[in-house]
Amino acid sequence: MSSYIKRPNRALQLYAVIFLIVLYVPVLFIPLFSFNDSIYVRFPLQGFTVKWYGELWTREPVWNALWNSVKVGLVVSVISTVLGVMAARSITRTRIRGKGALVTFIMMPLVIPGIIFGVALLVLLSRMGVPLSLYTVGLGHLIICLPFAVATLLPRFEGFDPSIEEASADLGENGWWTFWRVTFPMVMPGIVASLLLTFTISFDEFIMAFFLTGTDPTLPMYIWGQLRFPKEFPSVLAMAALILFVSFALVFVAQWVGRKGLEDQE
Amino acid sequence: MKGTSEMASADRFISIRKVSKSFGAFQAIDDVSMDIRQGEFFSLLGASGCGKTTLLRMLAGFESTSKGEIFIDDQPMSDVPPHHRPVNMVFQSYAIFPHLNVRDNIAYGLRKQKLSAARRAEMVEDMLDLIKLPGYGNRKANELSGGQRQRIALARALILRPKVLLLDEPLGALDKQLREQMQLELRALQRQVGITFVFVTHDQEEALTLSDRIAVMAGGKVLQVDTPAGLYETPKTRDVASFIGNMNFFRGTVRRNGSAMAAIEAEGLGTIPMSTAELTKPDGAPVQIGLRPEKFSLSPTRPDTGLAIEGALRTASYMGERSQYYLSIPGKDEPVAVSSPNTHRLIGAQDAPEGQTLWLSWSPEAIVILETD
Ligand SMILES: Nc1ncnc2c1ncn2[C@@H]1O[C@H](COP(=O)(O)OP(=O)(O)O)[C@@H](O)[C@H]1O
Ligand SMILES: [Mg+2]
Repeated sequence: MSSYIKRPNRALQLYAVIFLIVLYVPVLFIPLFSFNDSIYVRFPLQGFTVKWYGELWTREPVWNALWNSVKVGLVVSVISTVLGVMAARSITRTRIRGKGALVTFIMMPLVIPGIIFGVALLVLLSRMGVPLSLYTVGLGHLIICLPFAVATLLPRFEGFDPSIEEASADLGENGWWTFWRVTFPMVMPGIVASLLLTFTISFDEFIMAFFLTGTDPTLPMYIWGQLRFPKEFPSVLAMAALILFVSFALVFVAQWVGRKGLEDQE
Repeated sequence: MKGTSEMASADRFISIRKVSKSFGAFQAIDDVSMDIRQGEFFSLLGASGCGKTTLLRMLAGFESTSKGEIFIDDQPMSDVPPHHRPVNMVFQSYAIFPHLNVRDNIAYGLRKQKLSAARRAEMVEDMLDLIKLPGYGNRKANELSGGQRQRIALARALILRPKVLLLDEPLGALDKQLREQMQLELRALQRQVGITFVFVTHDQEEALTLSDRIAVMAGGKVLQVDTPAGLYETPKTRDVASFIGNMNFFRGTVRRNGSAMAAIEAEGLGTIPMSTAELTKPDGAPVQIGLRPEKFSLSPTRPDTGLAIEGALRTASYMGERSQYYLSIPGKDEPVAVSSPNTHRLIGAQDAPEGQTLWLSWSPEAIVILETD
């Protein structure tokens, strides 16, 4: 009977191939044109060059913008993951009224358009007289990242038997030591996944940054600014290609860590 | 305070005094008082949902008491968190740390003792020997069978030399053969280490095999605390009697003639003379009495001595070491269960035919007077 289900399905295979092509071919144009010896992004290709990468290397504002994004990304990923751990822990380990409503509330920013949050925060901050800076961008990113952190961590906490933490208490460890010796190592794969995910989200976030950036642009803001100057465009492509490569590497690491963690817990 | 002024006593090493626990409107533990002696193997026995785990968790400190107080070694426990209590627990799920190997699981509680690495390794090896798993130190938790996990959970607790070890149905997840083997080992281990064990089970046979004393629980209450023989031979109530083994119940009336002699007139059994020491109720009082199935003897003819009545055989089942019979007797609606040992080989023996008349005899000492509810 199971052969019926496992029978290869030509149509499905074809669909999968088309799906992957549509998804990734546009993206592949970016590294392709980043090696093209022309400032215009069009066929036919003009010849191979790495000069855009060299030019990128000498461009001070690019590195500033990159560094800004990395700083914001690191801080936002750490804070949202710590808050996510605390939220997931209290949701799964304490008996609180209206737990479902609370979870919905935390997840809300996932469905509210970023532009609404961006405008709202901008209005609020300017009313309070807070100057726009990387801090305000970070604040905006935190709101976007927190639900992702909680969504990544919640299944980890739900997946382990509370009596394992009780066993630690029973063997003489207080809450602090129990967290570091038992809870933390057991949810570690979730924490790594959450850090990577929230970093990536913050790193390429545009709408919040658009409303909340002061004088220091993040990388997406900088790239957007450069689009007006055709001469700069190829080096933007070179940078995008590099980011693409790093993102792929990060996702693979996250997948690997997650799978390894699951195997350990079986 | 009453508790602190009392002398330290091995008889009330754990003292549970008027303890109640409610979860919202639900009363999980209802006014329980009992004492557990130092070094004894004490079991909490009762059907699922009667509050055994809740009581055990209150001893461990994972649940607070709603009312009453628990003393361990004369210390009131209500303000003592789990990590400071002199007790350790073997969880129903074993709760082995999945990210640690066997050695680190067993050594988990030793952190605060500031031991040298060599001393710690030696203690772990000793524990592995004690639980008969030498050489398993480097195994991961997910490479262990149920029985092995159970032993690791035991070792992890025992290495700390607790005053009390709490065990929540530790053998429940094991198959029958392994369970019986672990029962013997657990009993031997308890004798060897001399630690007070509080053992939760819903299996009456297991409780009888292992325990020095048993508390029978139902609906959040403790019905009776006694030795296995005490519970079996002198159950106080009908509930206890039918939870531990099987028993025939008869309604009766007390007959007294002065203080010299007393008797019970029981349905179907006639008049049974009783010792006045045992039967303290006044003349005419209603009583409920019980007789275990194996306390009856069956014979085809009326025995020469003792009390006997005639009954008609309803069913007979051969069960190996014994046979179980049901007989109807005049004056009683339900049939009487009789269990008789097959002391001789019954090769080719015919079962007695249904409806055959047999004589049931018993001695008055076998009669248990139960509390009327
Ligand atoms: N945390 C809790 N909240 C509400 N009810 C509970 C809780 N823990 C136990 N109970 C209830 O208390 C009763 C006794 O449970 P438990 O002590 O686990 O029984 P046992 O171990 O004898 O099977 C059960 O009816 C159970 O549903
Ligand atoms: Mg239970």
